[in-house]
Amino acid sequence: MTQAEALQEYLLRLADSDMILSQRLCELCGKAPALEEEMALMNVALDLVGQARNWYEYAAELIDDGRDADKLAFRRDTQDYRNLLLTEQPNEDYAVTMGRQFFFDVWHYFTLKSLTESSDERIAGIASKALKEATYHLRRSSEWVKRLGDGTEESHRRMQDAVDILWRFTGELITPDDTDRVMAEAGIGPDPDQLANDWRGMVTEVLTQATLTPGAEDAWMYMGGKHGEHTEHLGFILAEMQFLQRAYPDATTW
Amino acid sequence: MPQHGDSDSRSAVDILIASDRVPANARPDLLTEDDIWALLEEVKDPEVPAVSVVELGIVRAVRWDGKELSIDVTPTYSGCPATELIEELITEALRAAGFRDPKINQVLTPAWTTDWITDEGKEKLRAFGIAPPEGSSSKLSLLGEPDVIACPHCGSKDTERVSEFGSTACKALYRCKECLEPFDYFKCI
Repeated sequence: MTQAEALQEYLLRLADSDMILSQRLCELCGKAPALEEEMALMNVALDLVGQARNWYEYAAELIDDGRDADKLAFRRDTQDYRNLLLTEQPNEDYAVTMGRQFFFDVWHYFTLKSLTESSDERIAGIASKALKEATYHLRRSSEWVKRLGDGTEESHRRMQDAVDILWRFTGELITPDDTDRVMAEAGIGPDPDQLANDWRGMVTEVLTQATLTPGAEDAWMYMGGKHGEHTEHLGFILAEMQFLQRAYPDATTW
Repeated sequence: MPQHGDSDSRSAVDILIASDRVPANARPDLLTEDDIWALLEEVKDPEVPAVSVVELGIVRAVRWDGKELSIDVTPTYSGCPATELIEELITEALRAAGFRDPKINQVLTPAWTTDWITDEGKEKLRAFGIAPPEGSSSKLSLLGEPDVIACPHCGSKDTERVSEFGSTACKALYRCKECLEPFDYFKCI
């Protein structure tokens, strides 16, 4: 794998993960548990779709086959999507929604933090913008995990269930593959060991404060999202998300 | 932030009033960078119309590149839906002043921070009912407690956060426990 190929692949992972999590959050528009929560969820979703666009635009320039950001987002199928499996998992109850957000936010925060020092200036620029937003997301989701975990008996049980359900998708966040390693060696992407340590450290700290038990470090993990092998959920997400663009391809006005 | 000189002959407002009929003798090439800054002071943020795009710190640079005018604009948030509208409003204001094809560049670095909102802009936000950002973005701690936010209506510091986010991504929702009014807080980032 050349560095140029790895870079395109890496940008699509960043973009697709933002895009799919954003779409999942948007499913709660009109039915979040409280109005204030709905505003918050939609604003997080908005930040993520904005970040996705910045990554897609850069990816589109590098791929340079005539596709723009919109085409990358709305005209690729599941096997071409490179999002983390965690981001496509269903909302379920609010503990799962916030647990998924928390695990993602910790990964996102440390990834972006490292990317602000990327040797690729364009990436560093997009990341320094996105980091401010991700910091705010992380502050919010970690507060929710603590509030639910260290709350009532019912909320504790549900939050622990959420951790147990989602844990199997977290390995992918911190297990590097060739693309990640090529990016790290080029000084473009984060150092995989550092990222894994940072992620584990903060997750353990917050879960402990929340009186929750993390999963085992050697637990069996679902992986493959970064290579286009997805859980059964992604197809349904794309079917809804891409319907309009596929029904009316290349429409200039909606 | 550059200081804006007084424009002697025509004020930016006069230029804007002439917006739908650009005088045939409009000479945008005679405007100095200071004149352009003054003109942009009249372009309001579409979501917070109390403040201008200059006061918000969204306009980063105004440059004459030879005979071509070039404006650098930065978004407040990655997903801010007003970004394109703001660019259009700036283009419109410049066209009204006689510019045929002003160049608007979107720049991401350095990333926008609330530290760039001018003091005047902060006061205008408060008068509009939005609590301006407290403190400096560089001093924020990751999981720390937010500063005490004063109610923009009655000034009381006895307020509580209702939601981390308000009506737009750049704001959080608060409530004053003294006068009981809800209000938006412009988040410090």
